[in-house]
Amino acid sequence: MASPAGTSPTDSPAPVRANTAPRTRRTDRWWLPPLLTTLGLATFVIYATVRSFMRTDYWAAEHHYLTPFYSPCLSDSCVAGSSHFGTPIGELPVFIPLAFLSLPFLLGFRLTCYYYRKAYYRSIWMAPPACAVGEPHERYTGETRLPLILQNVHRYFFYVALVITLINTYDAILAFGGENGFGIGLGNVVLLLNVVLLWCYTLSCHSCRHVTGGRLKHFSRNPVRYRLWTQVSKLNTRHMEFAWLTLGTLVLTDLYVWLVSSGAIADLRFIN
Amino acid sequence: MAYPAKLRVWRGDTTSGELQDFEVEANEGEVVLDLIHRLQATQTPDLAVRWNCKAGKCGSCSAEVNGRPRLLCMTRMSIFDEDEVITVTPMRTFPVIRDLVTDVSYNYEKAREIPSFTPPEGLEPGEYRMQQVDVERSQEFRKCIECFLCQDTCHVIRDHEENKQSFAGPRYLMRVAELEMHPLDVADRVGDAQDVHGLGYCNITKCCTEVCPEGIHITDNALIPMKERVADRRYDPIVWLGNKIFKRDGA
Repeated sequence: MASPAGTSPTDSPAPVRANTAPRTRRTDRWWLPPLLTTLGLATFVIYATVRSFMRTDYWAAEHHYLTPFYSPCLSDSCVAGSSHFGTPIGELPVFIPLAFLSLPFLLGFRLTCYYYRKAYYRSIWMAPPACAVGEPHERYTGETRLPLILQNVHRYFFYVALVITLINTYDAILAFGGENGFGIGLGNVVLLLNVVLLWCYTLSCHSCRHVTGGRLKHFSRNPVRYRLWTQVSKLNTRHMEFAWLTLGTLVLTDLYVWLVSSGAIADLRFIN
Repeated sequence: MAYPAKLRVWRGDTTSGELQDFEVEANEGEVVLDLIHRLQATQTPDLAVRWNCKAGKCGSCSAEVNGRPRLLCMTRMSIFDEDEVITVTPMRTFPVIRDLVTDVSYNYEKAREIPSFTPPEGLEPGEYRMQQVDVERSQEFRKCIECFLCQDTCHVIRDHEENKQSFAGPRYLMRVAELEMHPLDVADRVGDAQDVHGLGYCNITKCCTEVCPEGIHITDNALIPMKERVADRRYDPIVWLGNKIFKRDGA
């Protein structure tokens, strides 16, 4: 065996550990959370990919509902009325999603998000699959080198996500004015709920927490930023919940617009 | 109501070891450490276990119960079924000395690699003045009882012995964060966090936070803020430019 216990581990080639034979001695269902996470993420990715390339039923013309998966729609390929910012871009080939200016950044924002990193490192990369459960990889370098060192650009995706959330908010406000003027329907509630939760998710981001005040050493010299940091910190404790809730509301919003737009269901109207 | 609990305890030393089965009386309100002590008193007088306060404050009785890093004195028997076999093993990440006692000197070596609190030049002890609002962030980290459960559960060193050279572990990255956030500390710790203490190895899977008996938010309040500070310094050209233009050192 190796050198005696008590020898400095940094000097010792192979310290003697006790009983390392099994991968884990955990007796609970430690495999369940990573399994559910994988299923949840896979469901969203498949749904979002299919919908992003469908190019149909993303705009409910009567009530001006636009699904977030097609916002902003800036191409001549977009159906009439769905382009809230004009169509500065010509026709797009079918293999490019109509929201190609926002989707990659939103994907990047979530891929580099500190919560999602935990989620997929555990459930997909299995590093580790659960606490105190051995990982299958022989080597581990973490985020010290390419490509994972690129996770450090998270803040830039955050800045772009702020702009896109503003655009989604604008879409949700415009949806209160349909073809028959001002009105409120269930679709408005769904769009609004989605936008509120998107703001919660975006503002609860760890990079946002850092930018607003986390990077300061003296809160007392920056009372406004300290106040902002305090509020963002409160949201930040719910970042994981917002991450999952927004995946749900994005799908729900898109599905609702899809069903209304295709005529499968009629929008439930409260006013006009 | 007393019942015979089924304990499976790792017994051995640096040369060999195995799990041994015992039946030990358990009474209402007891914790796993009580049973280990009863086992020691009645059946295995030479069983080695490190303990001290029995109140979750000294951090001595760290071990693994049914594979989960825990303080033996804070693990209630009531969370187990009466017929459940309770497996108690030493912390896996550190070299064993005997039975449930491990050699945690790795942690003290890593502690020594961190430069101590560095006040501004000319400021003598007794002259330190700071606002409560500036120190309360790092006060959370001072709740640490150095049980090393976070170090034990961290897969970076738990599954990869070779990483011990270059990774300080969550406890000591939290120590770096504590000093970095201290309003009177003037040492430059951000570069060292990445280069010397191995912050980049952390993939923020939060196991350290999950096992912390003091409930310290190690990942959210120490490790991620340090990663963001490293990003300021190394990976954010806008912050770098802003620091140059306004000649600031990080506010």
